[in-house]
Amino acid sequence: MCLGVPGRVVQVHGVTATVDFWGVRRETRLDVIDEPVGPGDYILNHVGFAIRKIPAGEIHETLALYELLLKEAESDMMAADVRGEITAAPDRAPALPPGGLHA
Amino acid sequence: MLETALTGTASELKFRDPEKAQALSRALEGICREVGREPVSVMHVCGSHEQAIAKFGLRAVLPRSLNVIMGPGCPVCVTDLPEVDEAVVLAQDGVRIATYGDMLKVPGTSRSLADAQTAGARLDVVYSATQAVELARDTTDEVVFFASGFETTAVATAAVVLADPPPNFSVLSAHKYIPPVMEIVAEMPGTKVEGFLAAGHAATITGSAIFERFVERHKIPVVVAGFEPLDILAALVKLVELVRDETPRVVNMFPRCVTPEGNRNAQEQLWRVFRTVGGQWRGIAHVPNGNLRLRDEFAHVDARKKFQIDVRRLWNHAPSTLTQLCICGDIMAGIASPSGCSLFGKECVPDTPVGACMVSSEGTCRIWHQYGGHPDL
Repeated sequence: MCLGVPGRVVQVHGVTATVDFWGVRRETRLDVIDEPVGPGDYILNHVGFAIRKIPAGEIHETLALYELLLKEAESDMMAADVRGEITAAPDRAPALPPGGLHA
Repeated sequence: MLETALTGTASELKFRDPEKAQALSRALEGICREVGREPVSVMHVCGSHEQAIAKFGLRAVLPRSLNVIMGPGCPVCVTDLPEVDEAVVLAQDGVRIATYGDMLKVPGTSRSLADAQTAGARLDVVYSATQAVELARDTTDEVVFFASGFETTAVATAAVVLADPPPNFSVLSAHKYIPPVMEIVAEMPGTKVEGFLAAGHAATITGSAIFERFVERHKIPVVVAGFEPLDILAALVKLVELVRDETPRVVNMFPRCVTPEGNRNAQEQLWRVFRTVGGQWRGIAHVPNGNLRLRDEFAHVDARKKFQIDVRRLWNHAPSTLTQLCICGDIMAGIASPSGCSLFGKECVPDTPVGACMVSSEGTCRIWHQYGGHPDL
């Protein structure tokens, strides 16, 4: 799908970073992002690659759509696509912990 | 209905800011009236846009005179039959195929990858190109990554090709490039598209300026839109304004993700690995420069160069008669909608799709099947 998912960088190691997506941590590659990122920065992840650093002032607005979608039932298709992006497991995406990233 | 939709019951529309949504909806109504003719048809080219539009019931708050159509915005859906055939042949020959989950059920000329799997072929569903490379590292078998997606996703494929993958890894590219198909749709006699919404996250890579040449050539405005219901409404307001004023230009309504020049680093990698070639998009047309193929210097990673793929042996098997009734092509060209298809929701459902549009979660038919398409006002 063409909807990337935002996450918070926890740690950078070379060309990958550990990124937190609503409590799910996993590795995201930094090969194609066009500016340096560090812990605390938010990035937009698409199929395992960070494609954009989200400007600090835009983080809240960017997260809002996803916060809303993640409250949806597992059967909801758009929410399932987002969960698939987060867990990197399109066919076996588990439910995320309720309450989201900042819970 | 408008009031209900805007304030929203649990299963209907959930705008974060209903007042703002209402204001945008009214503005849109007014601008459409000022256009003075109907319908005004605009097209978006993104499965996630259609998901948001259908899921949040946006069409219920749009003026009746405004027709928002999903065009060829589902890369899985436009993957042509012979491209699927290539993957099926490789799979049948014992090559391990890694691909995105949506590709499994896409019908080829006579069978899908899922059919090949049932017959014993080895398939691995991956979430990313990186996982496909990891698979290859863990085995001595040949692993072919059957890669689909528009430029946003092709960037990831390019990155793994450039990152020195193991010799048993190669790419069968079915990647597609969106700007050229917009030209085709704009020139189709039956379409009458007066404006385009461009997908926000694809434009994050390409930049909004990439659409300047299209606007100049076709005098059709392009507005880059985000994915929130409010983002989409605001972008539609801007787009119809440009139609009303007959001032075709590119407007970026998603600046929190998109810049005019886009992600240069990503573009550089994309074009170092890929070149555009003309090719058939399923059900639509031959699209000049619409396919992304590996450049010759990456022949060692190109499954088409590495293997002799003869798809003709699949063509002895006749396609099902239902396939001939499928109108996916007309739907993606914007001249028909799923509700006009005799198979939709009957013979063609997500578990047993006839056409590619019912397979992918980005396909118009699949999305309408889940959320409904045109609310019955």
